[in-house]
Amino acid sequence: MAAEQTATGYIQHHLQNLAYGKLPAGYTRADGTVLTESTWTIAHSSQEAADMGFWAVHLDTLGWSIALGLLFCFLFARAAKKATVGVPSGFQSFVELVTEFIDKLVRETFPHTNRMVAPMALTIFVWVFLMNLMDLIPVDWLPMAAAKMAGNDHFFFKVVPTTDLNATLGMALAVFALMIFFSIKEKGIIGFVKELTLHPFHSGKWYVDIFLIPFNFLLEAVSLIAKPVSLGLRLFGNLYAGEMIFILIAIVFGVGALGFIGAALLQMGWAIFHILVITLQAFVFMVLTTVYMAMAHNREEEHEHDQ
Amino acid sequence: MNINLTLIGQSITFLAFVWFCWKFVWPALIGVMQEREQKIATGLQEAERAGKDLELAQRKAAEQLKEAKAQAAEILDGANKRANQIVEEAKQAARAEGDRLKAAAQAEIEQEVNRAKEQLRSRVAALSVAGAEKILSVNIDAKVHDDMIEKLAAEL
Repeated sequence: MAAEQTATGYIQHHLQNLAYGKLPAGYTRADGTVLTESTWTIAHSSQEAADMGFWAVHLDTLGWSIALGLLFCFLFARAAKKATVGVPSGFQSFVELVTEFIDKLVRETFPHTNRMVAPMALTIFVWVFLMNLMDLIPVDWLPMAAAKMAGNDHFFFKVVPTTDLNATLGMALAVFALMIFFSIKEKGIIGFVKELTLHPFHSGKWYVDIFLIPFNFLLEAVSLIAKPVSLGLRLFGNLYAGEMIFILIAIVFGVGALGFIGAALLQMGWAIFHILVITLQAFVFMVLTTVYMAMAHNREEEHEHDQ
Repeated sequence: MNINLTLIGQSITFLAFVWFCWKFVWPALIGVMQEREQKIATGLQEAERAGKDLELAQRKAAEQLKEAKAQAAEILDGANKRANQIVEEAKQAARAEGDRLKAAAQAEIEQEVNRAKEQLRSRVAALSVAGAEKILSVNIDAKVHDDMIEKLAAEL
């Protein structure tokens, strides 16, 4: 951490993504210059990033998540291509171990036929795990290296994509879209609407049902919306908190020799504990996605038995 | 923390990776794993069958061995019996031969004795005749006294 930085500044710096977006004409930038026309640029302060509004992207989040996703695809596709019926060894047996674990789990939680769910669960598990794993890299290494490369001490760089709400909510929204898609595909529009309006209260007499519809819709809509939101927020919250604690520990490193030793021990302890957290969160995200998919495939009759 | 376009970018990325995994990774991996499972199952089955076959073969071999032993014992028994029989026969033959030889020898001896007796008798007859001749100093007509001499000789 740079000497002139305060602890607050350090933390804020670590929590700011590398935003690339459009700043409007006449905007006063962080260094005092005024833009003559609207420009696409990299934000130099949190304020600038906030002022970019919705039409901005976090280059670090997207970059790391795509890179890690490609790593996953590359490793697994290579293992799949090389896979033989003979005795598996090394990385292939690891890949098969993970695949079998996911396959078994999906078979248990997802009793319908949809060939997409198991690969999706595998993708989520490995990809989210890899993204979470970035949290175990000491908080300053990659940002400092990036700052050195960019030649700018204040270069924002967050290496853990899952500590960016955009990333987790983005995945949750994709899951949500798939949920709705499969719900409609399995039950039809009518079935989907019926599920939203005729549950959980249902009398069987239409003149009573009409009055129950608003309550049902309210309840079902809330529970439907709550699924992706909780899915995204849970992962984000856990990883954000973990990241925050790593940052706080990193600050203690600067406080004398005792602080250094204490921080080193704390960092190690928290990192070891965090191995559990990152695996668990990847697992939870995957299991919940599978469960939501199973719910989307559940037909009305089955749904009634569940009540 | 700003919500921005990253959200949508991440969604698209997510779907793209899921699609990739769905199309290129999962089927190949699961296919190979299932095939191997099948192979292992077949292998185990075959091993089990081979074990059974082995057991069967061992049992059969043991049975055959037992049979062979019984047969050998039987043969040995027969051979022993036969040997005893042969020995017995040989003994009997030898005994018979001995008896025969003894009988022949005895017969010969008897014959010899008889002949000797005969000779002796004739000699005694001659001697007694000669003695009588001397005693009587008369010529005894051998023909006349043959009868008497014969009687004498028979008394010997």
